Amino acid sequence: MTDTKKTTRQVNVTSKTSVSVLFAGDSGDGMQLTGTQFANTVATHGTELNTFPNFPSEIRAPAGTIAGVSGFQLQFSSKPVYTPGARFDVMVAMNSAALKANLKDLHRGGIIIAGTEGFDEKNLRLAGYPEGADPLHDGSLDNYIVFPVPVLQLTREALKESGLSSKEVDRCKNMFVLGLLYWLYTLPLEGTMETLQTKFQKNVWMAEANIKAMKAGYFFGDETELFANLGRFDISPQKQHGIYRRVTGNEACAIALTAASKKAGLELFLGSYPITPATEILQTLAKKKKYGVKTFQAEDEIAGIVSSIGAAYGGALAATNTSGPGLALKTEALGLAVILEVPLVIINVQRGGPSTGLPTKPEQSDLFMALYGRHGEAPLPVLAARSPVDCFYTTYEAARIAVEHMTPVICLSDGYLALSSEPWKVESPENLAEITPRFQPAREPEDAPYLPYKRDDRQVRSWAIPGTRGLEHRIGGLEKQNETGNVSHDPENHELMTKIRAEKIARIADSIPLQSIDNGALSGDLLVLGWGSSYGAIKTAVEQAIEKGYNVAHAHLRYIFPFPKNLGEILGNYKKVLIPELNNGQLIHIIRDTFLIAPEGFTKVQGVPFNEMEILNKITDLLKELQS
Amino acid sequence: MTDNDTIMKALPVLTAKNFASDQEPKWCPGCGDHAILQQIKNVLPELGVAPENIVFVSGIGCSSRLPYYLATYGVHGIHGRALPMATGLKVARPDLSVWVGTGDGDALSIGGNHFIHTLRRNPDLNVLLFNNEIYGLTKGQYSPTSKIGLRTVTSPSGVIDHPFNTAALTIGSGGSFFARAFDRDGKFLRSILQRAALHRGTSLVEIYQNCPIFNNAAFEAFATPENKASNTIYVEQDKPFVFGKDKNRGIMLDGFKPVVVDLDKDEFSTSDLWIHDEKDINKASILARFADDEALPRPFGVFYAEERVTYEDALSQQIRDAQKNACGTLEELLKGENSYEIK
Repeated sequence: MTDTKKTTRQVNVTSKTSVSVLFAGDSGDGMQLTGTQFANTVATHGTELNTFPNFPSEIRAPAGTIAGVSGFQLQFSSKPVYTPGARFDVMVAMNSAALKANLKDLHRGGIIIAGTEGFDEKNLRLAGYPEGADPLHDGSLDNYIVFPVPVLQLTREALKESGLSSKEVDRCKNMFVLGLLYWLYTLPLEGTMETLQTKFQKNVWMAEANIKAMKAGYFFGDETELFANLGRFDISPQKQHGIYRRVTGNEACAIALTAASKKAGLELFLGSYPITPATEILQTLAKKKKYGVKTFQAEDEIAGIVSSIGAAYGGALAATNTSGPGLALKTEALGLAVILEVPLVIINVQRGGPSTGLPTKPEQSDLFMALYGRHGEAPLPVLAARSPVDCFYTTYEAARIAVEHMTPVICLSDGYLALSSEPWKVESPENLAEITPRFQPAREPEDAPYLPYKRDDRQVRSWAIPGTRGLEHRIGGLEKQNETGNVSHDPENHELMTKIRAEKIARIADSIPLQSIDNGALSGDLLVLGWGSSYGAIKTAVEQAIEKGYNVAHAHLRYIFPFPKNLGEILGNYKKVLIPELNNGQLIHIIRDTFLIAPEGFTKVQGVPFNEMEILNKITDLLKELQS
Repeated sequence: MTDNDTIMKALPVLTAKNFASDQEPKWCPGCGDHAILQQIKNVLPELGVAPENIVFVSGIGCSSRLPYYLATYGVHGIHGRALPMATGLKVARPDLSVWVGTGDGDALSIGGNHFIHTLRRNPDLNVLLFNNEIYGLTKGQYSPTSKIGLRTVTSPSGVIDHPFNTAALTIGSGGSFFARAFDRDGKFLRSILQRAALHRGTSLVEIYQNCPIFNNAAFEAFATPENKASNTIYVEQDKPFVFGKDKNRGIMLDGFKPVVVDLDKDEFSTSDLWIHDEKDINKASILARFADDEALPRPFGVFYAEERVTYEDALSQQIRDAQKNACGTLEELLKGENSYEIK
């Protein structure tokens, strides 16, 4: 598009390394769409990116209230970024509630672009401002750079001849804001224009109106005096050449399961029941029929996992996805999968608990349940993903372990990874690990009897699926006689089988990579040991600490059970180990219990991710303590 | 020669004995399960399906030990969950003949939710519901089909729960097939099992099964020759509803109300009687309610059989449609639809 280059005035363009932006408004204001479009444009521009949507659990909380605020935060940068930013530099506040709810996370001196119509008397009252307060003009925002923009009025003016109803016109106001931000960050409009044209293919005038509103926003930036002093910004793209796509954690999990099924030559079956924030995995896979994926939306969480066990018994790559309360419902069936010794992937997208808890908010509080939440002695592997893109690799690895070791595997994600996104350099098929199912071949009548629980040297039994001649056998939840699989209540046999099942899982440690140090020296004062989605915050904090010359390192666990074989040795190489977790302290217990060391815990249970400053401060304090 | 004939010829001739596993049934002596097992073994060789393509799935309870005693594939799952397990298996492997052994506690109590949802989805399963109106394996507690007033260890003053009507529940849930049989009437049970196997969709067969230990004689009213003649009616497609020792009683419909008539005394002939039509869901619904009215004989036979697309066929069709032009490749999957190139 050339017309956006027709700038009428010369405005100064400043280069910046990274910027964190929050789009916030009422849940009806279209902030998720605005944020997503901005992120897509930034990503295709080749800029590093990390996004995080934050919205209420109610579909439509009362308009104008704090409870109804929906936000989309993103950080884009010339260098790799691992979080959406501890604080944002720019806040778009479409109404008073959005401002009030998020102001504490705006950098001092940060920019506020406020849609003035959302700051009328009614909106201020709904947001809980005291009578007579007027934040845009009463000096309470003097520490920030405030741009009051009559977004609604300007959108209406731009679209007065569009022929749309006033309601339809008003809904285009988010595109005005988007256009303004594109101007501010010298970004192109074409990508969003194409998206709008595709989205409103059957409703061309809607596409035109949205595009017009976006251009109006862009030119408003250009023509108004408002931004003359601030100028425009440029974050130069530095990404490596190649094909990229932007994925959320949930999408990455879904792609990984499908990829694993293709690589293993198995059909993928997902038995699932919708639950926030795990549902997009089911939704994404339901659209993968072209790849032969079978999804089954079951009547409940139990049927979700049990149908998957049925499919696994039949020879499919079977999976189920859920979140905390759903995992609780699946625990009995997990015991069955453990004793049947069939492959199964359980993706648990953790959220704030207990009970319904904070359904849309992230937490890392299901680790104990993943490790121990079963009846009887029922060990199974537990893996945790660290980033949206890592959801792909960790889920794929969970599938590999499940199939090759004939066991259910729990793969932990959380509400933060599930919905946040980052660019992913498209993986090529040959780079994916091979997955080799060990199907038991057909047996002739003269052959030796088939023994369903005979094992290889890794204690793994073979997969004997129905339809294979000569392998007819009966298995179930009752304890089995070693090798034959026949029902057995023999005391010694039960103990033997318990130990064999445990050993089978323990031996997985032989085939997984050793733990590596993500950043920092191989030994020293302090090791920050993390797991799951706190990766980004820890990574950034440790990077900054190292820049400051601190003696600190970062290791991040993917394999929580069994642990990599060298983990104990690594932990011993540092004077102190710090374990930040979004829970009340869970991994710390396991580390203490396994390695008999005394790590320092750092927990946060607020339904929001860590930010790097919190962790950096903790590192600083600990190092001070160590030195004194 | 049809494909079917070829398959039949290719298969070795099997008998009931070929379907007995090496495990000795551990049910109590006199338990109705033995008789049911025998009829299953009689029917399996007649289906033209190789043993390796048959799977018996079960939940928990006496009935759910069934898979262990059959020389097919078998999975003994967890309490109440046989139906979703069988559904997952059938969806993943539509080529298999999948059977479910379950009981009144397993299917209708702990598994009640799965029961109704499986029926409405209609995967091609043969579900054998052994109904003994009691919990046997846990030693004699009342079940969701126990009669009002039954005294058990957990209802010492008599059951006060209104029992489920399995037929009405099946039809009300959108089930495509319901039949009732009796453990003691082996020949009839065998014919019903054959019908169930032939029906494409979820075939729900309720089998009255005597538990001699905890609920003996629960079905005595339909068991002895005298009782049987006056208290039961065997329904057959296109045949009038006639019963009684001398076939002299009939049932006609007065509006929606079934009425017993005496063909000897009243001025009615068989041409006035209810003619059984297993495709008529309204009549099947009335028939299902016979069990709630002591004045009416207890019906046995196929109440309802509707040809309806099965869940796995509908899903497979959607997949075929999606793959009409081409199957998705791994490369395409990884690249996705919204990828972009950074040059």
